Amino acid sequence: MAGKNWMPRWFYQLASPRWCYQITGKLLPGFVVATLLLITIGTVWGLAFAPQDYQQGNSFRIIYLHVPAAYMAQSIYMTMALAGAIGLIWKMKVADMVAKSCAPIGASLAVLALATGAIWGKPTWGSYWVWDARLTSMLILLFLYLGIIALNSAIESESTAAQSTAVLALVGLVNIPIIKYSVDWWNTLHQPATFKITERPAMPPDMWIPLLILVIGFYCFFAVTLMMRLRNEIIRRERRAGWVRELLMQQRG
Amino acid sequence: MSETKLQPLAVAQHETEYRPGRIFVATLKRELQLALRRRSDLVNPLIFFLMVATLFPLGVSPEPTILMTLAPGVVWVAALLSTLLAMDGLFRSDYEDGSLEQILLSPQPLFIVVLGKVIAHWMITGLPLTLMAPLIAVMLFLPAEGMSGLVLSLLIGTPTLSLVGAIGAALTVGLRKGGVLISLLVLPLYIPVLIFGTAAVDAAVTGLPLAGHLALLGALLALGVALAPIAIAAALRISVSG
Repeated sequence: MAGKNWMPRWFYQLASPRWCYQITGKLLPGFVVATLLLITIGTVWGLAFAPQDYQQGNSFRIIYLHVPAAYMAQSIYMTMALAGAIGLIWKMKVADMVAKSCAPIGASLAVLALATGAIWGKPTWGSYWVWDARLTSMLILLFLYLGIIALNSAIESESTAAQSTAVLALVGLVNIPIIKYSVDWWNTLHQPATFKITERPAMPPDMWIPLLILVIGFYCFFAVTLMMRLRNEIIRRERRAGWVRELLMQQRG
Repeated sequence: MSETKLQPLAVAQHETEYRPGRIFVATLKRELQLALRRRSDLVNPLIFFLMVATLFPLGVSPEPTILMTLAPGVVWVAALLSTLLAMDGLFRSDYEDGSLEQILLSPQPLFIVVLGKVIAHWMITGLPLTLMAPLIAVMLFLPAEGMSGLVLSLLIGTPTLSLVGAIGAALTVGLRKGGVLISLLVLPLYIPVLIFGTAAVDAAVTGLPLAGHLALLGALLALGVALAPIAIAAALRISVSG
């Protein structure tokens, strides 16, 4: 028995869809407020008050949308794979639902990152698309998301679909660093790195603080969308459970 | 009564020891025998390989200078697509006639059985493709210096393709329309092999050292051999139980 107590109690409680529905219901308003505040402050500061870039002028300001979206696309994949692993190991229904809810959010943010990257590329590089290492690995990340969504929708049984997509997400997780490095090395054979945020020597605080605010804001935004999707998913799957009926009756008045 | 019924089971358990080597050889033998009895399945990927490679001179340009630069990529992409074409059938017939369930139920380690099946599949598709690649490379005017790089990179790279593809095949084995889905799942995962494979051929053509690219392909293969059978086994259990 002693060996079983090493996981905290809330971890097991999260496995209960009902408990999870209630706790996300309590957390949701706070995250909505945080998202709105952070994204508004970050956007206004970044777009209106941050100084111009000495080389790119105002066109660099798309960074405030591009970088958070790109970060999120990667973080959401990690979340999805982690939730999938938890679902596989502990057979937790809620973890399966989290993994399923992550995929469309991640895919849309990957599309956003690619689209903003293309728009940014036109004034900076002179073309919408360059086969740059970062662009290519983000495109492959999008393909992985699309594959996971396709597999999930192809399998009818919900538990099988969740387990299969979890395996695929984990295989993809192993592959992501490999893809990243292979694409990096492949690219250097052809053209040198053109523009990397990590390599820009001195970004004044006025530029990176709004960016940081927006990154945190996007994390909160992800939390909000994830919780909303998760709550829908819980209600849909548990529609035959007594507590869902009671809840719906209450809401109907 | 119950004791007499239990006895045969106990005897059976006593007799089944874990013999990874024997089960591996037995799986390999069975798969190769089955493949040799269905010759058309054996030849189809090769014909597909040839046809895809033929499309490029027709679609792009028959100019030797253009084809020469395209050749490494075209041969690799064609090889990649033909292994994918053969992938769908890897577990399907076993799934349909029920022998896959017997394999899953057997006390032998699934890791070894799966590895045997994948290696047999590679011997049926990847190896012939590797042997046929120089022919297509000549048709595409790949310089003679590039041949060693092409054959070596395909020899080390195609087993990885089979291993990764088998994960997709195992995930989709229970589905009726698995064919298209496999390509969606597996192609993004094939990209590193493609990149290092074509890089090796390019290096061979330009006279640069090959060893680095081949070592990376070998590293991917080592990773695949160690990890892919675990994922394939897990995926098979999920697909069959679902």
